Amino acid sequence: MASDVEPLVLKSPTLRWIEHRLPLIGFGYQHLVAYQTPRNLSYWWNFGSLAGICLMLQIATGIVLAMHYTPHVAHAFDSVEHIMRDVNWGWFLRYAHANGASMFFIVVYIHVFRGLYYGSYKAPRELLWMLGVVILFLMMATAFMGYVLPWGQMSFWGATVITNLFSAVPLFGESIVTWLWGGFSVDNPTLQRFYSLHYLLPFVIVGVVFLHLVALHTHGSNNPVGIDLTKKDKIPFHPYYTVKDMFGLAVFFIVFAGFVFFAPNMLGHPDNYIPANPLVTPPHIVPEWYFLPFYAILRAITFDIFWIIPAKLGGVIAMFASIGVLFFLPWLDTSRVRSARYRPIYRIFFWLLVVDCFILGYVGANPPEGFLVTLGLLATIWYFAHFLVILPILGKLERPLPVPESLSRPVLGSGLAAAPAE
Amino acid sequence: MAETSSTVQHGDGGTRRDFLELVTWATVGVGTAALAWPLIDQMNPSADVLALASTEVDLSKIPEGSAIKVMWRGKPVFVRHRTPAEIAAAEAVPLSELRDPEPDGARVKKPEWLIMVGVCTHLGCIPLGTATGEPKGEYGGWFCPCHGSHYDTSGRIRKGPAPTNLPVPTYTFLSDTLVRIG
Repeated sequence: MASDVEPLVLKSPTLRWIEHRLPLIGFGYQHLVAYQTPRNLSYWWNFGSLAGICLMLQIATGIVLAMHYTPHVAHAFDSVEHIMRDVNWGWFLRYAHANGASMFFIVVYIHVFRGLYYGSYKAPRELLWMLGVVILFLMMATAFMGYVLPWGQMSFWGATVITNLFSAVPLFGESIVTWLWGGFSVDNPTLQRFYSLHYLLPFVIVGVVFLHLVALHTHGSNNPVGIDLTKKDKIPFHPYYTVKDMFGLAVFFIVFAGFVFFAPNMLGHPDNYIPANPLVTPPHIVPEWYFLPFYAILRAITFDIFWIIPAKLGGVIAMFASIGVLFFLPWLDTSRVRSARYRPIYRIFFWLLVVDCFILGYVGANPPEGFLVTLGLLATIWYFAHFLVILPILGKLERPLPVPESLSRPVLGSGLAAAPAE
Repeated sequence: MAETSSTVQHGDGGTRRDFLELVTWATVGVGTAALAWPLIDQMNPSADVLALASTEVDLSKIPEGSAIKVMWRGKPVFVRHRTPAEIAAAEAVPLSELRDPEPDGARVKKPEWLIMVGVCTHLGCIPLGTATGEPKGEYGGWFCPCHGSHYDTSGRIRKGPAPTNLPVPTYTFLSDTLVRIG
């Protein structure tokens, strides 16, 4: 099954001359063609390359939008409408960029949960995982600042609420917020710095993605079985996974195009088509859907913790900790079995975590009233308990199913679909 | 494995896999071009820029022998109320003397009104000679200070590096004293 890849042979003397001095073709060949990939990757492994493509699309559409956008409180909203009405294809570019952000998050969240299910964060891939968490965090910062740029009501009040989070910092809170704003409220200086950073951060993400890929290619992809594979269970990236990724990309584009052309505002808020008004807050402030679970965690802490941490600070800490806890996941999960296929109890808790995140999303989308306050708190407690209590204990107590030694020598009854050819 | 189906020959020797590859690359090519076009075309003039692409000029305020500059598409347009002597001078020039031969009659709709884009055809400077007191060059028309091109009373290039006459924009007389450029 394992196919040996022919070494790169350049026929053209010119290319050989260049390659001898600048081995770019060899680098591309090594990492995109010959690169040894597990032969059993499922479609859940498509989402990494999809995320990379999303990033490229966001940068491409963003660069051209920046050619028409004006980062000034007096012109920002109008320049976005100018893009929508006057600029050639402007409506398409803006809808592709706005919905592209949502697509990017869908893809990345699936990518993250795939990593959670198959234990992709475990040794020796801890840094690969942690770089991924850094990317997620940078994406959130970028998306938040991008949402401020159209300078609608949600832009303005979203910016106000999120920047005010930092006022919870003891002693220096107010100074930090003033510094972030460049004034005493969200205003023109805030808009201009957000614009500058919204343009910068994607390129920082590109840099971290590069490191993510260096780490990935050091030990290769994890796989659905979660065992270290030998050479005979690996196949070259091209053509096997280039073709598979292209097929996944085509399916992804159908969904993406569905949003852009048929429901471009479905994931947005009508309030953001009202120009920003510092004197009127919309009755119901909600972030974009991809922030809803975190927003729910922020609002879940409505009480002082241990009489030391005020509720406001507690919510902010909880929100940042909900991402921060992922950094420690490789050490919080004490099980040595990677894939949930062989961890029957972890599998249950994995799906409970998925459900928990959807509950948090639902709570975040609705006004914090009555039952939802309690539900949000319970879901928040469950979220942290999953990582901080369940995973460390489960790794010690759970009895995993027998793990196969290799793909071609499955353990009987393991449900592994690698039976010898008939 | 997959080789079994790919080696089955159909008709003129192309395999099923050849066909699929061709169709795939054609789709990728067309799809990429279709996606790339909005990214390119967005740099073309937008609808609001195109909407401002014409300018109206009131001619009644330009006395004979003088000229004005008006802005049209971000560029100056010279509107000159020519004297009978200037018209006669422009009409008398034999076409053989011109670098870019054009009779004066082909450059005006009404002989007393000369309307041209005031951008030197050499490298885009604005020639002098519109306002009173500016040098009009050796042929009584315009003189470009950047590289020394001389234009005559019909805006035709007579001397210097510029290759062609000052271009005449599309314009219409809405009335005797009102003209719309563009």
